[in-house]
Parts: sequence; C-alpha cells; structure tokens
Amino acid sequence: MKQGTFVSKLFSRATLRGIFAIALFIVIWEAGARSEQWFGFRMPFLGLVPPPTDVAVSWAGLLGDAGYWQSWYMSFLRVFGGFLAAMLIGIPLGLFMAVNKTFYGIYFPTFEIMRPIPPLAWVPASIIFWPTQELSIAFVTFLGAFYTIVINVLGGARSINKQFLQAAQSMGASQWDIFRRIVLPATLPSIVVGSAVGMGITWEVVVAAEMISGGGGSGGASGGLGFFIWSSYVGGSYEQIVVGMISIGIAGYFSSEILRQLGGLLTPWLKTR
Amino acid sequence: MSIVLDKPDTAGGERGPELSSLGLTMYRFSAWLKSPRPYLMLIGFAIVLGFWYLAVEVLQLPRFESMPGLTEVFREWFSKDPIYGLSIYTPEYYTHIGISLRRIAYAFLLATVLGVPLGLFLGWSKTFREFVFPLFEVLRPIPILAWVPLAIIMFSGSESPVIFLTFLASFFATTLNTMLGVESIDESYSRAASCLGASRWQVFKHVVIPGAMPYIFTGLQISIGVAWFSLVAGEMVSGQFGLGYLINTSYMMIEYPKIIIGMITLGIVGFATSAMVRAAGDYMMQWRVRELALVD
Amino acid sequence: MSAEMNQDTIADVTKVDVTKAAVTKGAIKIDDVVKIYDPNGAAVMAVDHCSIDIPAGEICMIVGPSGCGKTTLLNAIAGFHDITSGSIHLDGELLCGPEKPQAEPGSDRIVVFQNGALFPWKTNLENVAFGPMMAGKLGKKEIYDKARAMMADAGLSGTENNYPGEVSSGLRRRVEIVRALMNDPKVLLFDEPYRALDSLTKSVMHEALLEIYYRNKVTIFFITHDLEEAIFLGHRLIIMSSRPCKPKKIVEVDIPHPRDYSVLTSQRFREIMGEAKGVVHEEAQKAFAAGEREG
Ligand SMILES: Nc1ncnc2c1ncn2[C@@H]1O[C@H](COP(=O)(O)OP(=O)(O)OP(=O)(O)O)[C@@H](O)[C@H]1O
Ligand SMILES: [Mg+2]
Repeated sequence: MKQGTFVSKLFSRATLRGIFAIALFIVIWEAGARSEQWFGFRMPFLGLVPPPTDVAVSWAGLLGDAGYWQSWYMSFLRVFGGFLAAMLIGIPLGLFMAVNKTFYGIYFPTFEIMRPIPPLAWVPASIIFWPTQELSIAFVTFLGAFYTIVINVLGGARSINKQFLQAAQSMGASQWDIFRRIVLPATLPSIVVGSAVGMGITWEVVVAAEMISGGGGSGGASGGLGFFIWSSYVGGSYEQIVVGMISIGIAGYFSSEILRQLGGLLTPWLKTR
Repeated sequence: MSIVLDKPDTAGGERGPELSSLGLTMYRFSAWLKSPRPYLMLIGFAIVLGFWYLAVEVLQLPRFESMPGLTEVFREWFSKDPIYGLSIYTPEYYTHIGISLRRIAYAFLLATVLGVPLGLFLGWSKTFREFVFPLFEVLRPIPILAWVPLAIIMFSGSESPVIFLTFLASFFATTLNTMLGVESIDESYSRAASCLGASRWQVFKHVVIPGAMPYIFTGLQISIGVAWFSLVAGEMVSGQFGLGYLINTSYMMIEYPKIIIGMITLGIVGFATSAMVRAAGDYMMQWRVRELALVD
Repeated sequence: MSAEMNQDTIADVTKVDVTKAAVTKGAIKIDDVVKIYDPNGAAVMAVDHCSIDIPAGEICMIVGPSGCGKTTLLNAIAGFHDITSGSIHLDGELLCGPEKPQAEPGSDRIVVFQNGALFPWKTNLENVAFGPMMAGKLGKKEIYDKARAMMADAGLSGTENNYPGEVSSGLRRRVEIVRALMNDPKVLLFDEPYRALDSLTKSVMHEALLEIYYRNKVTIFFITHDLEEAIFLGHRLIIMSSRPCKPKKIVEVDIPHPRDYSVLTSQRFREIMGEAKGVVHEEAQKAFAAGEREG
C-alpha cells in the first residue's frame, strides 16, 4: 500500500466520524456514571456503572500486576488448547464426511442432533466426567469451536465445483492427488472462515467456563480473565470488571485477527479482488 | 447434492398445475425412505446410544461409571414417579422450559425489533454507518458472557440481567447480518428502481428491505442460536429457573440424570425454535422457496 | 413462439410507419463528454472527449472492446454517476453538463441491465407494474390491467404470477423490456442484455425486440460485444476505441427495416460485417495488449 493512501485513509472523513462517535460514547458513559455526582440524580443503568476515567486509573494500576497478566496467559492457553483440538479433530472429520457418503450418512444426523445443545450446557457433565477442572474446561472449549469448524469444512468441501474434479481426473490424477491438490485447497477458504468464527466462540466459551467453574478450581490468578471478571464482581471492585471486559475484547480481537492474517497467507489466490 | 450454480431454466407457462406443498413433501418423504439415508441415520443413533449404554451401565469403564446411564436417564425422564422429581409428568419440568422460552422470546423479539431496522439503516446510509458502525465494532469483540457481572450491576433483580445478555447476543448477530444483507444487494436493483421513478424512500421499501431479507433470516437463524447459548450461560451463573439453571442446580445437588434430561430438552427446544424461525423465513420469502424448489 | 407467427406480426406492423423519422422524442446529444474515475487517486480515464448524436427513434448500437468505458457512458446518460466534463442533452434539455455533473435518473430513460435486474422478490406482474405504481398517478387496478395487457402483447401471458427466478432467462429479459416500456420512456438503454443467452434464444429475442420497437418506437442505445447482433438490430453502429472510449468509426447499416432473420444471410449484411470486423478486431487487440501490460 502506498504511503499517501494510508495517511489519507487515516484522516479520512470515515475515520474521523468513527472516532467522534466513540469519543461521544465515552463522554456519555462518563457523564452517566457520574450523573449523581454531577447533576444530582442517578441516570438509569449507566448511573450504576463505573466511569471510564476510574476504569483507566484502575487499569493503569493493574498493568504492573503479575496476576493480571497471568490471567491473560491462562485464558490464552485454554483458548489455544481447545481451539487446536477442535481444528485437529474437526477438519479431518469434516473432510472425511465430505468424501465418504456412508460415514456422512451415519454420523451427520447424530451431529445435527447434538448441535443445538449449547456448549455451556455441557459444563456440569464435563466436570463430572473429566478428572480435572482444567480438562473439563478444555473439553467445553473444544466443543464450542468444533461444531462451527466441522460445518464450515463440510460445506466448503461439498460445494467444490465438480468440473475441477473432472478436470483433474481427465489429467490422470489419483484419488489421493485429487484430495490433496483439489479438495484440500478448495476447502481452505471455508476452513479459514470456520476457524475465525470458531475462535470467537472459543473465547465466549472460555470466559463462561471460567466463570461457572470458578476459574478451574484453583481460583486466583490461574483462573483466567473470565474468573478475573467474576472475582472482581464478587470482591466489589467494579472498575476491574470493565478492565477485564476490555482485556478479553482485545484478546479476542487479536486472536481472530491473527487467524485472519494467517488465513490470508494460506489462500493468496483470494486476494485478487 | 452439490450447490447448483446455474439459474433454473424453466419456462413459467409450462410448469403445469402446481405441485401442492403437501404432495411435494410426501414425494420427498417416500424418496427419502427409499434411499439408504434413514437406515444409516439409525445406525448412527444406535452406535452413540449403544456406546453410552455399554460404557456406563454394562462395562462400567473408568470415568464413565460416574456418568448417568442411558436407562437411568430415560427411566427418570418418562417416569410417573421420578426419583429426583423431574419427568415429563411433573409440572416443574414445564416451568423450566416455559421460563427459558419466555426469556428467549423477549430477548429475541427485542433484538429483532431493534436490530433489523438498525442494520437496514446502517447498510442504507453511508453517513449513518460511518458514525455508528465503528462503535459497534469496538463493542462486538467483548464476549457476551463477559457482560454478566455488569449486567447484574446495571439491572436489578435476577430476571432482567439474563434477558439483557440474551438480547445482546441476538442483537449483534441480527444487526450485523442485516447490514451485510443490505450491502450484498446488487447495485443494479436500486438503479433499476430509481430508473423506474422510485424515490429514495421507495427504493428503501421496495428494494432494500426485500433484498436484504435472505440475509436477515440467516441473521435471525444465528441470532436464535446465540440467544440459547447466552441464555444457558446466564441461567447457570445467575437467575432462577430455566433449563440452564436446572442443569446447574442438578449438578450441585448431585442429581445427575437431571443434567442429561436438561441437556436433551435444551437440544429439542433449541432445534424447534430455529425451525420456527426458518419456517417464518420461508413464509415471508415465497419467491426464494419457489426458486429453490426448482433447483432441487 | 414460432417463426412464422413472428413474421406475420412484423408484416402487420409494417403497414404502420416504421421509419425513425416518424419519432419526435428521444434525441440524445452527447457532447465532448469526459469521465475520469477517482480523479484524485488512480485517475482512470474511461471516456475521452466523446461526442455522439443520436436522432430520435434510432437504434444506435455501441460496440467496443471489454473495459473500454461503454457502461460508463450509459451510466452517465442514465444518471447513475457524474461526468467530469462535457454535456448530455435529451431532446434539447440538459441532462448533465458543466453546472450539473450528474443527471437525475428518471423514467424517460430506462436501463435494461447486463445481468438483468428484475426484482426477484416481486412477481413478473408486480415487476411490470412497478414504474407506474411508484409514480402513483393511476389506480392499482388500472395499472395492473395495463400491465397484463402489455405482457399479453409481448407473449408473456401465463407467467404473470411467477417469480422471475421461476422462468427462463430469455423470458426474464422480455419481462424486463416490458417493465421498461410500461413507463412510456423516450429512450431505452441496453447494457449487453443478451450476453448470457445462448445464440438460439438470442435470435428469438432479437426478433421480439424489433417487434416491440416497431410498435413503440423509442430511441435505443444498445451496448453489445456481438457484431452480428449489432448489425442485425441497429440503424447505426458506433465502434469505440479501446479505453478511454470515444467513437472510432461509425458504420451506417443501410438495410431497410423491418428486418427478419433472412437479413443475416444477405450480401449487404456480409459487406457491413466485413467493414466493421477489421476495426473491432484492431481495437480489441489494443485493449488486450494494454490489459497485459497492466497485469
Ligand atoms: N467505479 C469505478 N472506479 C474506477 N474505475 C472504474 C470504475 N468503474 C469502471 N472503472 C474502469 O473504467 C473502465 C471502463 O469501465 P466500463 O464498465 O465502462 O467498461 P465497459 O466498456 O462497459 O466494459 P465491459 O465490456 O466489460 O462491460 C474499466 O477499465 C474499469 O476498470
Ligand atoms: Mg459494461
């Protein structure tokens, strides 16, 4: 990208408008949160929320706190673990369902019946089954991403243009060649999309699981960001709740963004507008 | 089986008497019965249920033995005199279902009523989008569940926080998809409309709204899914009654079969609600149903 | 629709006057038009000092290499985007010019799009009735009666309550033309409407279009890649240069209207074809070479 276009984009009308709207939001939030102090009456809803300036102060204090960063680390570890497991199992499963009709016929209805059960409903059963809290969180996390990835891979592989396959066959490609050189790359865009969506769900599930299970049993800093929020709530430090929310937002955003960039590298042919 | 790319090429006049929808359904059903699919499906169910039964109740494999078994769960579920007090014959069961459904209905309807118009305007007016969408994008990466404590602080009682969470999840999905729907409309439709003398408002009514409809319903489909997702989490963390609450308290009270009953019920109710959304979509988009019926 | 029936109708209509001189409205004057996309950035010049005069009632065929700027010119007439300089007049009235860079889209100039733009969510009848309904001058019943009558005239009876997605693509095109004619336009702007059709359907469509033209006599501005189509339909062929587009050569098609498909095998047709083909080919090669350099 050219330097000029980047700078002009940075100060374009659209960007300025966006910044204006976000700034306005923060001002309203501040005024709402301090309404009792400033105007003498409490604004509904917002009046009960900590003001952004207090949140910023509290956040600044936390930046040097090892426990806070430990929470980041723990959540990332859980997200990564569950997500990786979902990819490792979900992608081959989706591909196999796409190529093998019998397996598809046997497994897909079962899959579809299990899918409407929200992943979090599995938390208690998972805690009963797995020997450690950590494993049960991992399982529920895995489940969250798993369904999305399988559905996307399956959909992608099934919508491959038949002519690609026929073209390859006519050029004498073996079954394995067709799988590796056509089915796999043709499914790659759907895998990328499925993973990005799955990553979002993974964060949702990890946060919830950390809250529900009280931070993997051990609590404290090894509880992750979800537990950080929950314990801030229980401990009454409301500013920290918002710090935790923003932290998770940032973490989730960057995980998806990294995934999207990686996906872009893996599918360079999609870039030609 | 694979996605059909070509437009159907049937002359309208030659379609003959319309296949009644019942006739079509019957025809499809008998074709389905003749295919191997129902039998493979039954094999799949048998494998899962058989494994559950064998692993827990017959072989008592390590770890599995502590899980509620197949017969135990179903005996409880369909018992007139359930051991743990919950079966299809107890009113309590329906109270949980009813309360969850009521929460979903409030949240989903509110999200639709607010999200669809917002999404339409976001897609339609560039100025509006440039102001509002960035804020939307800043708030969206925060997982819905991270809002739980804040929701409890902001809303008094135990009912409104849960509904708020559920609403929030639905709202994001609906708004975003509606906006994408408007953006996906081929420019030539709005150009054609303005050629034919439609005002900006008429373009909105006759092109933007119906053109975005398929995406809106995809959005509502996602919306109802995430609504259940958040509702369960909300009910597990806070709140009284509801299926998520049932699952969580059954765990605390060590009434394990009730956990599984709750899960299966959630699956059924969740499936039924999304089927309802799909049916509503089909009803409102006859043109799509009829196009797709030709492709089949 | 059978071929004989078609010819009958055409023969019938010829008893009425079919010369373009009989038409008094719909003259387009394109004067020194320039269109530059994104003038502050990439600055793509799509139309370069282009002047074309189209008398009322003419079928004017625009032929030119891919990406040369034909659609850009059409969009400027229709009012979908502005022009950088120059002016366009319709019957002496300014559509767009120095003080008013973008024309107002209106039902006096109706576009039939490259990929078709019948609203898939409205039935064919609702589509045809769309323009008058928007204008709101007539009652609903009146409009629908007129729409039914026009559809019947165009051989579209029986498809009124079908959605566009349910009928063949050739039929869809006809519905779209009828939808345009419902508004009694001065000019029809066609942007390669038959591109996606197979050549057999196309030939039926050509005759149907001429038939509609003989009856309604509007000015037609018709973009195409297909030389045969251009010569068969047009009074005049305007061959555009590769981008930026401006008229390179104008070919008068002096084959008298009404025409039918026997024209295609005539001596004169082949001569005109020969004349046009060389120019078109040369421009296409230029465009191709330019495209390769850019890529
Ligand atoms: N909005 C735009 N911004 C910048 N460049 C554009 C824009 N629209 C078209 N162009 C460029 O202007 C040139 C002319 O485009 P136009 O669509 O008018 O060509 P065309 O002659 O209709 O081509 P085709 O025969 O393929 O339909 C092309 O090189 C195109 O890339
Ligand atoms: Mg074009």
